[in-house]
Amino acid sequence: MIPHIRNFSIIAHIDHGKSTLADRLLERTGAISARDMKEQLLDSMDLERERGITIKAQAVRLAYDAPDGIQYELNIIDTPGHVDFTYEVSRSLDAVEGALLVVDASQGVEAQTLANTYLAIEAGLEIIPVMNKIDLPAAEPERVAKEVAGVLGGSPDEVIAISAKTGAGIDELLEAIVDRLPPPEGLESDPLRALIFDSYFDTYRGVVCYVRIKDGVLSKGDRVRFMATNNVEGADEVGILTPAAVPVASLGPGESGYLITGIKEIDRVRVGDTVTRIDHPATQALPGYKEPKPMVFSGLFPSVGDDFERLRDALEKLRLNDSALQYEPETSTALGFGFRCGFLGLLHMEIVRERLEREFDLDLVATAPSVAFKAFTTAGATIDVRSPQDLPAANQLDHIDEPYVKVMVISPSEYIGTIMDLAQSKRGEMGKLTYLSPERVEIDYELPLAEVVFDFFDALKSRTRGYASLDYEPSEYRTSNLVRVDVLLNNQPVDAFSAIVHKDRAYNYGSAMTKRLRELIPRQLFDVPIQAAIGGRIIARETVKAKRKDVTAKCYGGDISRKRKLLEKQKEGKKRMKMVGSVEVPQEAFVSALQIDTDG
Amino acid sequence: MAEPALVDVAERAAGYLGAYVHIPFCEAICPYCDFAVVSGRDGEVVRYLSAVVKEISSSEPIRPVDAVFVGGGTPSHVTGLADVLDAIRKRHGIARDAEITLEANPEDWSDDKAVDLRAAGFTRVSFGAQSYDPIVLDYLGRRHTADQIDLAVTSVKRAGFNSVSLDLIFGSPIESDRSWSGTLERAVGIDPDHISTYALTVERGTELSRLVNRGATAPDADVQAQRYEMAEEYLGGAGYRRYEVSNYARPGHECRYNLTAWAQGEYMAFGMGAHGHLGGVRFRNVRKLDAYLDAIERDAIARAGEEWIGGANGDRADGSDEERVVLGLRRTSGIAMDDVAASFLRHPAGGRLVEAGVIAARNGRLVVLKPLLTDEVCASFLASRS
Ligand SMILES: Nc1nc2c(ncn2[C@@H]2O[C@H](COP(=O)(O)OP(=O)(O)O)[C@@H](O)[C@H]2O)c(=O)[nH]1
Ligand code: SF4
Ligand SMILES: [Mg+2]
Repeated sequence: MIPHIRNFSIIAHIDHGKSTLADRLLERTGAISARDMKEQLLDSMDLERERGITIKAQAVRLAYDAPDGIQYELNIIDTPGHVDFTYEVSRSLDAVEGALLVVDASQGVEAQTLANTYLAIEAGLEIIPVMNKIDLPAAEPERVAKEVAGVLGGSPDEVIAISAKTGAGIDELLEAIVDRLPPPEGLESDPLRALIFDSYFDTYRGVVCYVRIKDGVLSKGDRVRFMATNNVEGADEVGILTPAAVPVASLGPGESGYLITGIKEIDRVRVGDTVTRIDHPATQALPGYKEPKPMVFSGLFPSVGDDFERLRDALEKLRLNDSALQYEPETSTALGFGFRCGFLGLLHMEIVRERLEREFDLDLVATAPSVAFKAFTTAGATIDVRSPQDLPAANQLDHIDEPYVKVMVISPSEYIGTIMDLAQSKRGEMGKLTYLSPERVEIDYELPLAEVVFDFFDALKSRTRGYASLDYEPSEYRTSNLVRVDVLLNNQPVDAFSAIVHKDRAYNYGSAMTKRLRELIPRQLFDVPIQAAIGGRIIARETVKAKRKDVTAKCYGGDISRKRKLLEKQKEGKKRMKMVGSVEVPQEAFVSALQIDTDG
Repeated sequence: MAEPALVDVAERAAGYLGAYVHIPFCEAICPYCDFAVVSGRDGEVVRYLSAVVKEISSSEPIRPVDAVFVGGGTPSHVTGLADVLDAIRKRHGIARDAEITLEANPEDWSDDKAVDLRAAGFTRVSFGAQSYDPIVLDYLGRRHTADQIDLAVTSVKRAGFNSVSLDLIFGSPIESDRSWSGTLERAVGIDPDHISTYALTVERGTELSRLVNRGATAPDADVQAQRYEMAEEYLGGAGYRRYEVSNYARPGHECRYNLTAWAQGEYMAFGMGAHGHLGGVRFRNVRKLDAYLDAIERDAIARAGEEWIGGANGDRADGSDEERVVLGLRRTSGIAMDDVAASFLRHPAGGRLVEAGVIAARNGRLVVLKPLLTDEVCASFLASRS
């Protein structure tokens, strides 16, 4: 037992105030002077600050002088709230003993409140329920306290009411953290076992690992072994995050911090691995993490062909910091060389793309996202289909299965009818309906993942005016009536635009894509048909009419220099064209066509 | 007598020396016009013409010119052009059979003017007729009537000029097929020697472009293509040969001065905003009236810029081949099938154009069969070279 340490996470539904609460705790314990304080301080990525969301879990150590006269060391991990990043949450929960479950007093329990609570219970954590935003006029503390107590099976009196904005209730919360959360276990004399719960690549220092010491002591200068990859390295630097990185001589049991060994090769470090000491080694590694399963796939291609190597390098580095990201090389006739990437969801996909573009200065094209299907051939083989190109030819195809997910929707009860209609139109199968309180209900569904990620979520938000929330987890594969829609340019299929969609959606996809391309493809020397087809059957057709006139009317002695400049410009345009069969298509046309949501 | 072949007419111009004189004065500025023009500055005409004479007289003597073009602006709006021609004659000489063109607006014309200008030496008059449809004339902001066009042409013919030409503009949004065919019929009816037909173009910075940006209907390229084809068919039937994208002539009446430019030939330039091409250099004068007057009166030169092109006098440097092809392909007779032309035909881009029937090899020349796509051809050619 290390009685003066408390390790905990803050978990909540998105926007319920985790990051703001972390700010208050930092401020109250003096980790950050009021002068350096900025809002949502732990959201250090530009992207997080702009979007106002937490993407990465963040760890920080605080020194708290409790009224009992003892100084406690608090290690907080702030976590993301969006369903796509559940994986980040569950990882950070393995590095702590307790969790603050934050619920917005004006909103009540929502889907990720429940989902994260289940994760915390599964991880065996002690949970302190916290009701935030009690300063809001719309707060309903009594109702919400009851709801929260209902979920955790305790009494409403145990719920601590705070305002992360005004600071009300923060002292009481700090007391509760010390009183109610258990200190970490682990002995200094045991062999070192440190869990790598995150890592990132620093250009100057190489791989930086975030570790949580479970047993033993890690000191600067130790020879350490990464148990899964079997690498032996020297601990060049050991330190803590306050949140600024501060080197220390050693980290003991229950403590979290960082470790730098000078490793530059990214593939030699794996998040979830255990670090031990050579001179006093552990025999058994800590249980690692389950490999996260990507749910959504999309091709990422550099807009500029020769950026392929840079993209590979960037993906390697980003993966170190985002272990849920998967990728493998892919070739497209329209877009050239790139990678087929697997993501946890659409938000994750968007975030990865933006991080690649910003942090690695790349310009990327993403193809239409798709879920992973399973195709069964007439010959009895099963094929994993992560891209429409993986689908066998129609005559060899027996059937296709698509992934379903278990969906939990939480909503004010007045929207039950609306939600049921919507779910039904998205091929949903209803499970149980539970009242969390007279005004609030949980409805469970089985839905195709594709419907959930591409459409259901947005539709749900808009039809319930933002009051319903949703969480999902993978369930099973089911056989569905799926077709591949191909888009043909001048009778040649263009791979980047193919999509596997439910039969009822095929026409919408096809006509949206062909219309869009008609606007984007410049007129050529001949009429260019743009068609959407299922197998040999055309379901939508547009035509780009042949260009009839482009000549400058006047070109005399006085116009020649200007004329040459105009032609130079046209020439540059031509050089940016990609030939698809005999059709010249500007790269930008592919990019813009893929940028719209064509699933509507 | 056999008609002179267009190839010969076009190629001969490569050896000509031209002279361009710019007269920027206009009664008012037409909404589509982006030339170097001024209006309301008629008080400066005398000063301007003496500046031009001074510029000519202090220019480097070369050799007698084969084609003079006095353009604008509206040269017919001013008097005193005889002095300009005299200055050229004195400094450089003018070949005995030279073509000397004057641009004119129909509303300025009179029999007296015709006689004076003919006597001064002009051999050719090109009228800014634009249309015979009063609605179109009004849309274009023109200040003459259809009848004034006919009167002016008749007067030029009577005064014994070699050629008279009409400029026509088609494809304005208010024009109809009927209006355009009516204009073509009346133009041919008055029997000019030469006709230029221009698709109305919205140029940046013009009143027309401001209107279009504010939501006025813009000309439609497909409609213009169709009107272009109407003109090609009608004028061809009436005995006019198309010798460049926008120019038609009765055989022997092709404009020498313009052919010189399309053959990458040389021409001197005088007056504000005038462009020239001499010794492998393209140059231009300042485009502002006051700046021009000021420079010349200070005994300075009025150059605003110049650019080495190469290509003149057999000296082929950067850019010259490209320019020669791009200019030459505007001509119906195209360009000689030399190495440059042949390698374009072998390039996939050239091959696609051949396949689509846009260009072809004909009688040892590379020609554009679909003149409306000439820019596409030129851009493909340039792209194929880099
Ligand atoms: N009125 C009020 N607003 C709060 C409070 N706590 C957080 N917020 C606001 O709620 C929004 C979401 O907060 P944030 O900390 O980013 O939530 P997270 O997504 O859970 O990290 C922000 O606009 C905060 O300013 C509070 O106690 N009272
Ligand atoms: S008269 Fe001719 S030069 Fe003058 S403004 Fe009109 S179009 Fe331009
Ligand atoms: Mg946050």
